[in-house]
Amino acid sequence: MTIYNFYLFDRNGTCLYYTDWNRKKQMTMSKEEEFKLMYGMIFSIKSFVSRLSPTDMKDGFLNYSTSKYKLHFFETPSGLKFIMNTDLSVGSMKDVLHQMFSSIYVEYVVKNPLCALDQPITSELFKNKLDEFVRGLPQFAVKPGS
Amino acid sequence: MTIFSVYIINKAGSLIYHYDAPNTTRPAVEKTFSYPLELVLKVFDEKVTVAFGERDGIKVGHAVLGINGIPAEGRFLKDKREILEVLSSEKNYPINVKFGRPPLSINERIMLASMLHSLFAIGSQLSPEPHSSGIRTMETDTFKLHCHQTMTGVKFVIITDPKQGHVDAILKKMYEAYADFALKNPFYSLDMPIRAELFDNSLQSVIEQADKYGISNI
Repeated sequence: MTIYNFYLFDRNGTCLYYTDWNRKKQMTMSKEEEFKLMYGMIFSIKSFVSRLSPTDMKDGFLNYSTSKYKLHFFETPSGLKFIMNTDLSVGSMKDVLHQMFSSIYVEYVVKNPLCALDQPITSELFKNKLDEFVRGLPQFAVKPGS
Repeated sequence: MTIFSVYIINKAGSLIYHYDAPNTTRPAVEKTFSYPLELVLKVFDEKVTVAFGERDGIKVGHAVLGINGIPAEGRFLKDKREILEVLSSEKNYPINVKFGRPPLSINERIMLASMLHSLFAIGSQLSPEPHSSGIRTMETDTFKLHCHQTMTGVKFVIITDPKQGHVDAILKKMYEAYADFALKNPFYSLDMPIRAELFDNSLQSVIEQADKYGISNI
């Protein structure tokens, strides 16, 4: 099991925070382009899923998987989007993403008066706490031989 | 085992076949209102939909399907009256309005199919590991989408209950049916919508079998 990377978007599509741990593929496009592509994809998936659903939805889109990775998605009612890529063996990350929101984002960004809420996060404290939290997760264990 | 619907998308992203399970009825709620209406309605995408105010099973996003038993057609009633006008005049009350999730029109399905086609491609582009395929499964709280892309680029998509595990066997069976009854049909031109009775029947029997005996026995 391993965690590849993490994106945090606000409701306007600004990438507030990005970090990666065990990412193997390097992108040919710039980070800004990648963020836009990711946000656009998530936005479309949300609309796609809400129209395709046979019944009314509560949480909406949760995750998707390809042959190599699994993308987990969590959105708060305020429109913050937490996106995490892991490998395929990881189960539901809903609680983990919710915890990142409630005990890291709220604690170290919202409660920090020096952090503007619609700007990319520069707080070192937030970065360190998030890194520490993710590295402590049982899902983080790096695959042997990689 | 619940299969809600099946879509087949050709390599260019257009919908060539779709099937809805007959037992999946979209929920509808009928209720009699007195003046003024407690819901906020808006015209969205040529449909009168609920924008605010959920009550008695009526949810945001539901569309007006009919008034006093007269079915709706877009934002008009079948008798050519505009729905919002009917609902705004007090003399029509008490009024019986039927709400429900709007059914997918064929144009919407075509659009959703091409949307999935590009999401599929972006999914593989944004992969953190090299050589990733496109989206294979997509999970939500109400359904799970399974997508199987063949070597020739045709995508078989089925939408099932979220608890449904591996459905690869069903997808493969559908591919078999496609190869046997669509591709071998001399009147079928490639990448065009599939209209073959034999294919319909064999696809339905795959789904029925899966429903009855579970996927292990197909």
